Amino acid sequence: MSALAHVFEAAGLSTVVLASMHEVVERMKPPRALYCEFPLGRPLGRPGDVELQRDVLERALALFDSPHQVLRTHPLVIESDEQPLACSIPPRFDPALPAAVDEAQGLRAAYNRSLDHRGFTAVGRVIDADTIPEALRVLDRWATGEPWTEHPLPGKNTVAVCHDIRSYYTEAALELATGPAPGSRSVEAWFHDETEAGRTVLGARAALQAQGAPFPFWFYMTPGHR
Amino acid sequence: MSETKSGDAAMREYGASQEVPTFDDPAFTPLSTPLSEARVAIVTSAALHRADQERFSPSDTKYRVLDRGDRDLVMGHWSPNFDHTGFQLDLNVVYPIDRLEELAADGVIGDVSPRHFAFAGNQPATVSELRLDTGPACANELLADGVDIVVLTPV
Repeated sequence: MSALAHVFEAAGLSTVVLASMHEVVERMKPPRALYCEFPLGRPLGRPGDVELQRDVLERALALFDSPHQVLRTHPLVIESDEQPLACSIPPRFDPALPAAVDEAQGLRAAYNRSLDHRGFTAVGRVIDADTIPEALRVLDRWATGEPWTEHPLPGKNTVAVCHDIRSYYTEAALELATGPAPGSRSVEAWFHDETEAGRTVLGARAALQAQGAPFPFWFYMTPGHR
Repeated sequence: MSETKSGDAAMREYGASQEVPTFDDPAFTPLSTPLSEARVAIVTSAALHRADQERFSPSDTKYRVLDRGDRDLVMGHWSPNFDHTGFQLDLNVVYPIDRLEELAADGVIGDVSPRHFAFAGNQPATVSELRLDTGPACANELLADGVDIVVLTPV
């Protein structure tokens, strides 16, 4: 972002950066930046909080009063909410299937409701919703020790497939969850700590690593700290 | 969930440990019109796109053009290391287009640009394409739209 600010300023545009990493923006020195210590992925603070979002923009625009380079910090700090989302998963339907496959099929109705009312989906980077259970079936094989080279993954790109699985689960979960809007890592915590798919992805990732698969194949299948 | 507590902290620590590109003699362009008359555009590194647009590849250096009225946007960013759900709940938390419309309606800014732009934040470390090619190309599009202020939003 700060790199673009420099490029744009050189072209004659006035810019202001909403910065999310203090050490980076400090060193990059864009002409105007407002550092906000908010959860990564939520640079305006909180979804649905109109007042805060407007406040962030007004503070950012106020930096145009400065005649020289300026870095200011928003006074509010928002911590990530790491508690798993309260979202009950449909009960097992077909015990003959791997748990993650059964679970994904059980979430399809909720995913469809989300698609119906939003009209679009983030699923589809490499596989569509119909292929999610099959992808989980392959990941389950990897996770249970079968060689990954012998069981090709639909969609091929492990990182993109995991993105599609995560998006499918997220969209279904936001349909099923009750209570206030989840905090920033709440759905992530739910997915990896409480769903069979999340456990399967972690297991497949560990198996790829153990079998010597290239680092980029497995590392970005989940958030790095997991 | 103490293990997950460290998600953002780990990423910020990682960011702090990375080398950053340097810009010798950086430009500073003062705002040449009053804020209340300025045309504002958003440029985000969240890799946003409409479903009908080309998806972002893992190290995509190009940008996608978003129209002022677009709201059904997908976040095409490849990193799993930040929250994507806030955006799903309310796109303004990343791309504050409705807030800009309100600021324009209230006369705080002049108006909202007809077009906005999305890059992918995960650029090659040298950002050379961004500096020499797609960044200046995007600047030209913004200038052609009569934009005075660019608000840059990360994820």
